[in-house]
Amino acid sequence: MDRKRILIVEDSPTMRQLLVFALRRMKNVDIVEAQDGMDGLRKVSSDHFDLALIDINMPVMDGLKLISLIRGEDSLRGIPIVVITTEGAKEDRERALSLGANEYLTKPIQANHVLAIVKGLLKEESTT
Amino acid sequence: MSGDRKDPFNRGEEFLQLFSRGAEFTKELLVENERLRANLAVLEQKQTDASRSPEEWDKYRDELQSRLQDLEAECESVRVRLQQVEAENQQFAARYLEIEEENNNLANLYVASYQLHSTLDLDEVLKIIVEIVINLVGAEVFAVYLLDGDSGELDVAVSEGAEPSEFPSCSKPGGIVAKSLETGEPLCGDPTQPFNLEEPIVCIPLIVQNRPIGLIGIFALLQQKDGFSALDHELFSVMGGHASTALFAARLYSQSERKLNTIQGFIDLLTK
Repeated sequence: MDRKRILIVEDSPTMRQLLVFALRRMKNVDIVEAQDGMDGLRKVSSDHFDLALIDINMPVMDGLKLISLIRGEDSLRGIPIVVITTEGAKEDRERALSLGANEYLTKPIQANHVLAIVKGLLKEESTT
Repeated sequence: MSGDRKDPFNRGEEFLQLFSRGAEFTKELLVENERLRANLAVLEQKQTDASRSPEEWDKYRDELQSRLQDLEAECESVRVRLQQVEAENQQFAARYLEIEEENNNLANLYVASYQLHSTLDLDEVLKIIVEIVINLVGAEVFAVYLLDGDSGELDVAVSEGAEPSEFPSCSKPGGIVAKSLETGEPLCGDPTQPFNLEEPIVCIPLIVQNRPIGLIGIFALLQQKDGFSALDHELFSVMGGHASTALFAARLYSQSERKLNTIQGFIDLLTK
């Protein structure tokens, strides 16, 4: 089975550590962390990723801007994106999904829920 | 060239082995066939004998009935065992879910305490407390109060969701804050109560060596969060214990750094 690469774009070190903890329970994954939208864009543009977990409220460049840039780039368009945010309003969810996010999760997160969604998206991605 | 010469020989060897295996298999089939033929002959003989005399027939029937009863009993025991295994399986599934939840909770608690003790910088510790309260607890409006050594008052050191000046003073007697500081235990009010900046819904006292050094007051939760889970209560306890020692250590460290700089300044002055 080939290894999957996952990018976590999140400004909070606490959340990043929690997500890394959750994702490490999967086998064959490499996890890369980015601390804001700009850092995330740099990393996603220079390397291959099978999935990205993106926060919305971040300094330098927010998550929505990053999603629109990823979806606007031909070579990155296919990356499944999971938004993980504190913003629970319906319009925030709709905005993120309309920009191209595949899933929208609100904090506080359940690690097993995140894991199930990530596994599902990686499976979908590998079958297409 | 030598490889080409060897090839037909190897293929011949392979064919011979294949043929030998086929022959062995045929022999086995013949033996099995012989055994089945013998069994059939015995059964046919029994049936013939039974049809000749009614006693033999009764004996044969009893034999069959006894065999049937044995098989039914065996079937029943297998059914009971299956039910037991199914019940066991369900127990394991429930236990697995429990362990999974426990694992998630422990991961949250580990991350919270790890982050709290990852620095000795007071501002960093406060930032981490804010992150934990937002991301792990799911609070929208809250403040971290710290005890002012000079005035003895609890002042807002950092806040989220409202300006520090908007948060109430913690010197008000009675209420959840006073009760929480008195008992030293985190206290929770009704999370569904309407937003009110006068009274927090959660109060986490920060106590070191039985002396309060501050408190965390949560006034509103994120809109998607409608109550407190067991993990939240665990987090409140971890925050009460670890955030207070992290804050205390950071304060001591900054004081010692200041003193060290002063002493170093004196030494430099004297030695130059």
